[in-house]
Amino acid sequence: MPPFALHPPQILAARGLRVDRGGRAIVSNVDFELRGGEALVVLGRNGAGKSTLLRALAGLLPLRGGTIQFTGADDAPLAEQAHYIGHADGLKAALTGFENLEFWARMLGGSGGGESIGLPPAEALQKVGLPRIGDFPVGYLSAGQKRRVALARLFIAPRPVWILDEPATALDIASQETLGKAMADHRANGGMIIAATHAPLGLADAQELRLDARRVTLAGAA
Amino acid sequence: MGSHQPSSPLAALFRREIRIARSIGGGGGMGVVFFLILVSLTPFAIGPDMNLLARIGPAILWIAALLATLLGLDRLFQGDADDGSLDLFTMSATPLELVVLVKCAAHWGLTALPLIVAAPVLGLTLGLEPSALAGVAASLLAGTPALTLLGAIGAALTAGLRRGGLLMAVLILPLTVPVLIFGVAAAAAASGGTVPFHTPFLILCALSLISIAGAPFAAAAALRAREA
Repeated sequence: MPPFALHPPQILAARGLRVDRGGRAIVSNVDFELRGGEALVVLGRNGAGKSTLLRALAGLLPLRGGTIQFTGADDAPLAEQAHYIGHADGLKAALTGFENLEFWARMLGGSGGGESIGLPPAEALQKVGLPRIGDFPVGYLSAGQKRRVALARLFIAPRPVWILDEPATALDIASQETLGKAMADHRANGGMIIAATHAPLGLADAQELRLDARRVTLAGAA
Repeated sequence: MGSHQPSSPLAALFRREIRIARSIGGGGGMGVVFFLILVSLTPFAIGPDMNLLARIGPAILWIAALLATLLGLDRLFQGDADDGSLDLFTMSATPLELVVLVKCAAHWGLTALPLIVAAPVLGLTLGLEPSALAGVAASLLAGTPALTLLGAIGAALTAGLRRGGLLMAVLILPLTVPVLIFGVAAAAAASGGTVPFHTPFLILCALSLISIAGAPFAAAAALRAREA
């Protein structure tokens, strides 16, 4: 049961993207095209501009050049149809995991007339393997547990595009497998994934975008 | 859940802000304590001249309220900027301007509202007459929304900076001068004088309304341009 409509087929196309920070071009000449069910892995050494590119795709940094075209299930802009998991977890230390997720469920799932309702926070926590810490303040959790609560956001409000910046940071082996399975399920449902990573994430048949200081190469899926 | 759209995300945000401020280290009650200390210190500095204290009492209460409102306001967006919540607000379907407005409303309710309740009590210790007490409370009620929202612009401009609090105060305090002038004028007019009470009071209300209408746009623009 796909949680969001697949009509019309979704396409995310980026042409000649350029993103500047502090007056310097960090990312330039990035082209890629993703369809529903496909994944893009952004590779590159530290400082190559992976996070900058992902933040620009999420609409958090202005584009200096190029275009992003997104054709989704409805006319909402890409930012409102994408989940962004960055280096910061977006969790309040004073609130419990349950309260944090409940808030984000309201905040992120609030649009669209309410037909695409995600998992309740308790089930989302169950899914990331944290069934019993829901009523525990997030400040007391370990880095890996916090990351898992942040990843539970992916399930409370279904959005077709996942933009993941080093999603496996601080995760143990079992949680990395859970994440890999969740990503496979998401793609099987027609979702897209754009992930920046150093460690292998287990994304099968993913396109690879290699950000280098001099040139950008795109290796297509087999 | 999720059936009471579209007001639900903002109501959830308001509840979250209150909950964070009331938790340990959230700083919810600090404003009114600071206000209390500031006003109680004044008679020690000026001396027990009741006539003098009664004359400058409204001004003391207003300056203390101004400083107490700005205290803690620099953290309005800092926490959300640090932990990544601001990124998600930017990406949500809820306009950032409304997020700013709701966060200001929560901050006003937690910081300014206790000040307004405490001001008449503290005014007694400064020897204010009953009419002046009511005038101070009414003028604070009308004027503090402007202080909170002007402060929000400063908080948004300094959200990405370390030690941005001082810079925010330097940026915002000059902008609060009109609010201070008409606030004190309204409070003083309540206890008699040549100016009728409603003249400065209505201007004060106008300043607050202009701030409510304009400041969220300025603050949201500053938050969006934070990293560019």
